[in-house]
Amino acid sequence: MKVLMFGWEFPPFNSGGLGTACEGLTKALAKQNAEITFVMPKRVDLSLDFMKLSFADDHTASNKIMREYYFNSPLQAYSNEETYEICINTENQTEEKKKTIYGKDIYEEVLRYASVGEQIAGREDFDIIHAHDWLTFKAALAAKKASGKFMVAQIHATEFDRTGNGSVNQRVYEIEKEGLQGADLVITVSNFTKQKVMKHYGIPEEKIRVVHNANDFSEYTIRQLNDLKKNKKVVLFLGRITLQKGPDYFVQAAKKTLEHYPNAIFVVAGSGDMENQMIRQVASLGLADKFIFAGFLRGDDTKRAYQMADLYVMPSVSEPFGLTPLESMINGTPTLISNQSGVSEVVDNCLKTDFWDVDDMTNKIVSVLRYNELYKCLQTNGTEEVKKLTWDKPARRCVDIYEELLEKNKNGGTN
Amino acid sequence: MVSMCFYFQVHQPYRVRKYSIFDIGKEKEYFSDDSGTDLDNKWIMNKVATKCYLPTNKLMLELLEKHPEFKISFSLSGVFMEQMDEFMPEVLESFQKLVKTGRVEILAETYYHSLAFLHDKEEFRSQVKMHGDTVKKLFGITPQVFRNTELIYNNELAREIEEMGYKGIIAEGADHLLGWKSPNFLYKPTGTEKIKVLLKNYKMSDDIAFRFSNRDWAEWPLTVPKYVDWVNAINGNGEVLNLFMDYETFGEHQWEDTGIFEFLRYLPEEFLKNPDNNFKTPSEVVDAYPTHGEYDCHNFISWADIERDLSAWTGNEIQDAAMAKVYHLGEKVLQTGNHGLIHKWRKLQTSDHFYYMCTKWFADGDVHKYFNPYNSPYEAFISYMNVLHDLEIEVLDILKERGFVKKEESGLFGISV
Repeated sequence: MKVLMFGWEFPPFNSGGLGTACEGLTKALAKQNAEITFVMPKRVDLSLDFMKLSFADDHTASNKIMREYYFNSPLQAYSNEETYEICINTENQTEEKKKTIYGKDIYEEVLRYASVGEQIAGREDFDIIHAHDWLTFKAALAAKKASGKFMVAQIHATEFDRTGNGSVNQRVYEIEKEGLQGADLVITVSNFTKQKVMKHYGIPEEKIRVVHNANDFSEYTIRQLNDLKKNKKVVLFLGRITLQKGPDYFVQAAKKTLEHYPNAIFVVAGSGDMENQMIRQVASLGLADKFIFAGFLRGDDTKRAYQMADLYVMPSVSEPFGLTPLESMINGTPTLISNQSGVSEVVDNCLKTDFWDVDDMTNKIVSVLRYNELYKCLQTNGTEEVKKLTWDKPARRCVDIYEELLEKNKNGGTN
Repeated sequence: MVSMCFYFQVHQPYRVRKYSIFDIGKEKEYFSDDSGTDLDNKWIMNKVATKCYLPTNKLMLELLEKHPEFKISFSLSGVFMEQMDEFMPEVLESFQKLVKTGRVEILAETYYHSLAFLHDKEEFRSQVKMHGDTVKKLFGITPQVFRNTELIYNNELAREIEEMGYKGIIAEGADHLLGWKSPNFLYKPTGTEKIKVLLKNYKMSDDIAFRFSNRDWAEWPLTVPKYVDWVNAINGNGEVLNLFMDYETFGEHQWEDTGIFEFLRYLPEEFLKNPDNNFKTPSEVVDAYPTHGEYDCHNFISWADIERDLSAWTGNEIQDAAMAKVYHLGEKVLQTGNHGLIHKWRKLQTSDHFYYMCTKWFADGDVHKYFNPYNSPYEAFISYMNVLHDLEIEVLDILKERGFVKKEESGLFGISV
């Protein structure tokens, strides 16, 4: 089975969980004998033995007319209108280049990616199209139109998650909706997200399949103790510092925790548009000496951060899935997650709370720090549980979904 | 001759309310909570009384009036009797009516439905005595046969119970201990003189308690004539059929619409059609039948799960820590002589608290196998430890005031609040 997959990032060139999820899923799909062509908007220096990579800025493509559209796009994961502007204005681009090469705004970029999708559809051989999140949807729809093949649209996060159900960007929403409605089947990473897709995008339940994310634990080693923290207990926040991730609730809980457990220290790993606000909040609460801002971590540094922590907290306001708790648990770190997350549907051996219930969050943080047996029990059982959550099961689910569509193809042709 | 011997366990714990670190040092109510949820003890008592205790007691009374041969027994935990008294006196009255017929026996157990025998023998004896006193006060009878919490049992317990003056003790008829022997006879516990052990026939008990409404079971639906056929087959190779189960089987575990009440209603009549059959209470069984060899139980057994061991209440880090801390606190709590505090401390010994902290089903990914009023075993532990923490602070404050402990002593939590 040949799958043309539209993504937007891949480790180690990723800024969040989406790239990690794509890596885990594609690896496991390859094991199930799926041949994957993975399309990304931007060339990265990456070669993988389990699938073919294709880049939207591929200048070797034969079509001369389209060549000028194969840009080195500043389009990145988690882009939005603002960050796109910052991006094109800070990449030392010449004014002329800005005008002629890049789209005026992120929506034009999405359209450009779409036209490339059509091109790639023309030059690649595949049975099915699989697209990850809104930035790729137009490209996938174009590929579907050009090829007549079935399309699966996978939602890792909706606009409602990214904005914490606040001010939803209408244009992003429209593209998401177009992609979801145009797709032949929709995959969501949780029931939590399935409900949102039904409610906000009017997608009928029978068109949605839930495929939970999993964990790629082979790359992790056993827990190594870090002697950096001798007398302090470390509580970790790791993720993009954005509204969706609930950093402000983390700070509020930290303040209350310190009133009951003064020996705690709070490490924040990540960056994002709320970073400055978070630092200001910490300072104004007089917690500056209790917080360490570690910046965005990668690879081994991430692993070290988990292993150093006594507790990992993911207070997300709205988390379609959330891979970091699985990473934390596989590293032997007790984990506290918000109920407003897809991952809470698949793990039991962690603590759960409502993101807005700062008192409950504090109660659980203090209890893990205070009662060593709780720490040990969560550590042992959490690691055991997450070891069993491999990508094989979600990959099998995807293959089933592809086959469901191909079967339909045999029986009635495409629509 | 087959004697059918019914013993029904009736128990409700004082569940610990959601108790956070913010409550420590402030909130003195550990158990009550008006949440109308599965942590609200009064609400649960009401619910179970309506579905089970009141209708089942009514039916039992009818059966006792209709069949002069019909006999049953109960073991009522002390914390259950107390909650009846506190929340639903009409339930207590309905049990008293049954006992008044003279054909309903009450068994002995620990007042607090505790695991005290595993940790503190003296505490264990105090709780058994307390229970006996309460049964005497409420029902006017003195129990003669003992059953331990969750049928936790070994040779040593049998010896202890014999010493305390009981003539019989109840235990699980565990396959690995019985081997080729049948649970349908009495045995002498190894190392005892004259006490007799009554063994639960778990197959025939679980047919009613667990499998009755299971449509995947080959024997479903279980009719009264079919069941009595099985019972009659014991004639000639057994003397007593010990049917031991939770009383909540009727109406709560097996809902009314499964037909469980109708099953119970017609069982005595059908069973008594065979003139060789009769009903006996546990102490009558002990008086009527001799022992047939020994029941040798060195390691603890229980009636729980497939394992029939202690792994539902002990074994993981949080269960063992919670249990160690509550018993460690004992000496100081008793030293205060404060009855309110001692009673609270003992209510925290009820086995259910540790059951809610069990993670073995989580490990199998089979979370739905058991019921837990808390969101997870970890949350059960957190509320429980926070409560213990508060209790310790109060106890130490009293002892410091009296000069029994030094001012700087901060207790086993080592945390000042």
